[in-house]
Amino acid sequence: MEVGGARLPPPFWAGGPSPGAAYSPGGIGIGAGLRPYSGTLSPMVTGASVLGVKFEGGVVIAADMMGSYGSLARFRSISRLLRVNDSTVLGASGDYADFQYLTQVINQMVIDEELLGDGHSYSPKAIHSWLTRVMYNRRSKINPLWNTVVIGGFYNGESFLGYVDMLGVAYEAPTLATGYGAYLAQPLMRETLEKKPSLTKEEARDLIERCMKILYYRDARSFNRYEVATVTEKGVEVEGPLTLEANWDIAHLVSGFE
Amino acid sequence: ATEGMVVADKNCSKIHYISSNIYCCGAGTAADTEMTTQLIASNLELHALSTGRLPRVVTANRMLKQMLFRYQGYIGAALVLGGVDVTGPHLYSIYPHGSTDKLPYVTMGSGSLAAMAVFEDKYKPDMEEEEAKQLVRDAIAAGIYNDLGSGSNIDICVISKNKLDFIRPYDVANRKGERYGRYKCERGTTAVLTENVAHLEIEVVDETVQTMDTS
Repeated sequence: MEVGGARLPPPFWAGGPSPGAAYSPGGIGIGAGLRPYSGTLSPMVTGASVLGVKFEGGVVIAADMMGSYGSLARFRSISRLLRVNDSTVLGASGDYADFQYLTQVINQMVIDEELLGDGHSYSPKAIHSWLTRVMYNRRSKINPLWNTVVIGGFYNGESFLGYVDMLGVAYEAPTLATGYGAYLAQPLMRETLEKKPSLTKEEARDLIERCMKILYYRDARSFNRYEVATVTEKGVEVEGPLTLEANWDIAHLVSGFE
Repeated sequence: ATEGMVVADKNCSKIHYISSNIYCCGAGTAADTEMTTQLIASNLELHALSTGRLPRVVTANRMLKQMLFRYQGYIGAALVLGGVDVTGPHLYSIYPHGSTDKLPYVTMGSGSLAAMAVFEDKYKPDMEEEEAKQLVRDAIAAGIYNDLGSGSNIDICVISKNKLDFIRPYDVANRKGERYGRYKCERGTTAVLTENVAHLEIEVVDETVQTMDTS
């Protein structure tokens, strides 16, 4: 039994935290938890919603062309859609810098694959699967890519529409929407698909446009210029910049608050 | 009505009476919406007797907002107030902190974005009554099917100059399923091999009678 001055207990493991001391798990290497955190703490330039709808013979995804800096409409002509290859497109919301990094990585991957020259190209499902692993592993290291990504494609006669977010949550659905789109556009998209489970290309395009308009009306961080990417067996077609025609006629019915 | 992540009342009535020509839908804290609308309904009735006139929607609006502002948002009542009076039909949305908006169409609550999306898509000025009822039904349905805080059925209250329709329910969106079979196990399903009844010998030691004070 030792009596004397209280000695600080040793750290739990070599280079680990001592009781009562600040510790944040995550990061690689010994003592990573003791080093100050250096990952994406919060997104800076952000993109709003991305929408996706499957139709008979392909998919269509859309995103507006704005990068917000908090509440400032900073960049009003940026593309948030990426054409991966002839069968896949990708749209991202969230941090734009992380999307740019992702674009760099994916483009390099596509080049490397072309260099192989084996006749194979990445399928949309493959990209989705790969991205899911990337996003989940990043989040597990507490250094996420702060994005919510929609992957759309048409491969081997089948449409594909997948979602991956910064936590690594991934799923496929006939309609997708990120951000505020999930609250405003998804109900409309689901209602349309419930009445008519299989849409034509024109109907899908129409639905997307109606939803983009409603997002412009009700999402305070959205913009009225947008791009649409359609993927069919013929390949990828990116239309844009398109402008939404908003109807402000009801303004005449509004006067005061009482 | 939800209590956290559990449904407390699967069929609660959210359209509250304010006066014969004014009704108020309440979202937010159920007790707050109920008591607030009841209080203003009571005061409005007294006010109407004093003025000798049919109450006006703007009066109910003013009374509601002045109370809610006084409580600085602690009364969690998000209301959609509508009615028809001598000056015509009026629709207001009233927020818990006491701000109000006077608009052609409003939505409140957790399902408000889903419902508003439907309104923004399909609203036109000067709709017919049936068209309007269908639109409102579709908006609430969007909330029911896409918002976890909303569910069950759709009630509608149509207020006009000469009639009032309180249609509850207007649309039973979620009918409880019929159970397919009987799942009761009849006596004898599990064979009883032996039965042993043991009486507990309880000895009455003391007995006192104390009469209840019912004065």
